[in-house]
Amino acid sequence: MSWEVIQRALPLFEKAFVLTLRLSAVSVVLATLLGLVLALLREYRVPVLAQISTVFQELFRNTPLLIQLFFLYYGLPSIGVKWSAETCAVVGMSILGAAYMCGAFEGGFTGIPRVQNESARALGLSPLQMIRHVTLPQGLTRSVPAVAANVIFMVKETSVFTVIAVPELTNTARDLIGMYYRSDEYLLMLVVAYAIILIPLSVILTLIERRVRRGTFGDN
Amino acid sequence: MEPLAITDAAGAAYVTVASGAGVIFTGDNLTRLLSGLGTSVTVAGLALIVGIPLGIVLGALRILHNPFLRAILRLYLEFFRIVPTLVILFLSYYILPRELGVQVDGVTVAVVAFGLWVAAEISDIVRGALISVSDHQVDAGKALGMNGLQILWYVRIPQSVNLMVPATINLAARVIMTTSLLLLISVIDVITVGQQIMEANRMTHPDAAFWVYGFIFFLYFIICWPLAMIAKALEKRAKERNNG
Repeated sequence: MSWEVIQRALPLFEKAFVLTLRLSAVSVVLATLLGLVLALLREYRVPVLAQISTVFQELFRNTPLLIQLFFLYYGLPSIGVKWSAETCAVVGMSILGAAYMCGAFEGGFTGIPRVQNESARALGLSPLQMIRHVTLPQGLTRSVPAVAANVIFMVKETSVFTVIAVPELTNTARDLIGMYYRSDEYLLMLVVAYAIILIPLSVILTLIERRVRRGTFGDN
Repeated sequence: MEPLAITDAAGAAYVTVASGAGVIFTGDNLTRLLSGLGTSVTVAGLALIVGIPLGIVLGALRILHNPFLRAILRLYLEFFRIVPTLVILFLSYYILPRELGVQVDGVTVAVVAFGLWVAAEISDIVRGALISVSDHQVDAGKALGMNGLQILWYVRIPQSVNLMVPATINLAARVIMTTSLLLLISVIDVITVGQQIMEANRMTHPDAAFWVYGFIFFLYFIICWPLAMIAKALEKRAKERNNG
């Protein structure tokens, strides 16, 4: 273990760190929005679209991200669709994430007592009003733990971007190991970098979960 | 595209299928792809065989009131929660051969890495299920004069195993999907075989990548999707039964 090696690699890791954060953040936001829409389509049993949502969810939850990325990055260009590795990474991760997020929101929505929806309909609320005043306020708080778990999952899953040569953390470490034949230093830096992102993130998410639970179910 | 007549090295002419999809079914390509998939599934199976018993023991230990043991086991779990599986695979790839002082093949590296990860996940599943058994059941066991192991065996496990099984099946599906990372430590898995096929047909079928990757995507789906469905059905049944 050499301190000098670590110091020299630090700027590269910093860059990779920022990229990992940026790609994670963009994918998490896109996945959450898309996942919410997909879950609402199923919750309100919108004809055709609800079925598409189900297929989407099953298809992408049950296949590895790596092969999804290969398909997007190498498969689609071979029939004429071309895009950059980073776009591909974000698109792939958002699709995968949305499939998981959809499940998380659905779990939250099914926790809402049926009588709530029935009352809303009896009061003459339109579907959009129902979403805004009944489904979202009660469903979102219930989905928080599962959504939080998915966020952590997605950030970790960005390590797979290395297969399409996106210079995020894992890819940077792999490149450095390949170039300088020193694995200890770079692997240590890699683990530390993920810990720096994920430990605070999981603490913050736990705090949010606790707060939401207290807000919804009172102190206990 | 018109079918092309290609002459191979031996001089024999044969006609190839116009679309890259045909590449999958040419010669022994399909068999090779499936045997690559076999490697992936074998690694997943071995990792589960190693990880599940270890995880059960760790999970049972985590309900003991020993704070030191609890902290250590919690740390073990958190490590695997924080470090991506791919990084764990790399750690195992670089550290294992050095510590053992021998050449270790990729499959062994993967089984160790995934096995330890499975153990961490299973320990959490087992712990969660065991503590979901209501306290009065455990108290009743104590009142009957059972010792800790007897309570575990006769009270806690029988009443919580129906929660553990679906979670474990879901985990198995995740492990199978994670074997897609094997190509990064140079194990000849289904994706590596796919790449060899594309490389061999690069000139004649530039669109092979689309079809071969699409086909592998489909292969993973038809293995993992039934597992997910079974887990879902069992989960539903467990929930109904536990709610009386």
